[in-house]
Amino acid sequence: MTKQLFFQRSWNYSNGLEIVGAWLLALLWISPLLYAFWAAFHPSEYAVNFELFAPITLDNFAEALSQAPFLQYGLNTFVLVTMLLASQMVVCTFAAYAFARYQFAGQNIAFSLVLVQLMITPEILIVENYSTLADLSLVDTITGIGLPYMASAFGIFLLRQAFKSTPKELEEAARLEGCGMFGVLWRVYVPLAKPTYLAYGLVSISHHWNNFLWPLIVSNSVETRPLTVGLGVFGAPESGVDWSIVSAATLLSVAPLMISFLLFQRQFIQSFMHSGIK
Amino acid sequence: MRSASPGMRHIYGWLLLTPAAILLIAFTHYPTIATFIDSFFSKSSAIRPSRFIGFSNYDAMLEDPIFWKVLFNNLWFALGTIPTSIAIAISMALLVNRSLPGQGFLRMAYFTPTILPMIAVANIWLFFYTPQIGLIDQILQGIGFSGHNWLGDPNTVLGAVIVMTVWKEAGFFMIFYLAALQHLPKELEEAAKLEGSSRWYFFWRVTFPLLMPTTLFVLINAVLNSFKLVDHLFVLTKGGPDNASNLLLYYIYENAFSYFDPNYASTLTVVLLALLAIIALLQFFLLDRRIHYR
Repeated sequence: MTKQLFFQRSWNYSNGLEIVGAWLLALLWISPLLYAFWAAFHPSEYAVNFELFAPITLDNFAEALSQAPFLQYGLNTFVLVTMLLASQMVVCTFAAYAFARYQFAGQNIAFSLVLVQLMITPEILIVENYSTLADLSLVDTITGIGLPYMASAFGIFLLRQAFKSTPKELEEAARLEGCGMFGVLWRVYVPLAKPTYLAYGLVSISHHWNNFLWPLIVSNSVETRPLTVGLGVFGAPESGVDWSIVSAATLLSVAPLMISFLLFQRQFIQSFMHSGIK
Repeated sequence: MRSASPGMRHIYGWLLLTPAAILLIAFTHYPTIATFIDSFFSKSSAIRPSRFIGFSNYDAMLEDPIFWKVLFNNLWFALGTIPTSIAIAISMALLVNRSLPGQGFLRMAYFTPTILPMIAVANIWLFFYTPQIGLIDQILQGIGFSGHNWLGDPNTVLGAVIVMTVWKEAGFFMIFYLAALQHLPKELEEAAKLEGSSRWYFFWRVTFPLLMPTTLFVLINAVLNSFKLVDHLFVLTKGGPDNASNLLLYYIYENAFSYFDPNYASTLTVVLLALLAIIALLQFFLLDRRIHYR
């Protein structure tokens, strides 16, 4: 009996230790980022000199912006991500609708071939995809960076699941009302799949905002380079820029996504969850 | 389908699929096949066009010590990152799943590294690892140890990259465990409490086995990431020193775009594709598909 009591207590009273552990881990986990904030907002002589009342400055941001066109990079990223998201939505919606509601010949084979892209993502095939882009003379264009990702197996997969779970009766009703193929898709399937669109959209935005290897290979000028590539070029150790400025540039590059994450934390986390489980 | 006649549904189906099919064929299927073909041809130069050379590229690859080095680096990288980040991810999920004070902050702190680009993460960590003036060395020197060139020493560079990757990935895996934990029946815990079993025992005998499908799912994703994610190398080490931190995909990039040998790069890509195919097969046979792909 005493042993049982002891264990029951261990469920209830180990809380204190757990709270401390959880908070220590959280502080440890957030500290690299806090450090980047520290370095970015203080003069460089305080980069490793933690004085509580060190003067706060925005000079590092101004310096980073004057050394590299981060606003242009930001605009490039924004254009890339928007263009990609819009085309992914259209391309994946059509394909998912076909897989979910039209039993066409060769459907299963076609679906397996789509799923291949879950494993073999375009950045694995950099050599061949680069020469394809060269043949299309799309090297060093934002379209070229986005093109290989516009059909997304992941998006097709998620939307197909969502469309399949839509009750067929709703489609029948819409047909009786006189909706055609696209009418049914637009009035019935798309509105009901909104949570899936949101989840996929957030995952896609974060993925392409952060993507690096393929944009690095394709982009070659200030007009096309997205933020990640601009940051990679900027922060190269041999260029000898100082840490406070690199930190400021890093924060500038992650700020838009970071702020949206902090504002819509719940949606972000649920989207990532949703995309993994469903 | 009521309004589409039997013949029409094939046409509609394929029409709807066409845009996706063209893009997927152009950037996934065609390049996969072209990679295989190119690996059997020699590199073309100004005086000598590319020609069929059979398995010569493969012979060269098997004798290339750097190939073996990057392959084993990939193995060590995977072994170093995956079990640790899974263990940390489970702990995080267990902690966040209970209602502790500041739960929202804890969840955010654990998850935040996930939404940072790897290139930004590498920028921040580069400064930690810089000899003498870097943060780690400053702390070590402050408590009386000597500094160390973490990224310049072949013995420590892979470890340094592994630590950074664990930091970046653990929070991402946490959310899958969190989702799984929230779906576990509450009665199990109540029963265990009544039975008087310790929490440790409960975790190993009940929770952990029930999380197994999630662990497999995370494991597959982690292995894939360990092959696909090489962004940090561009900032941190460029694969060096002496290829001590080089990984397969980065070596492919170097061959294609620095040494201008696309045919050897294709040969290396074939190896990467083979590895991915093995992972896909493992996933197919190991994963309980009903759980994650319902």
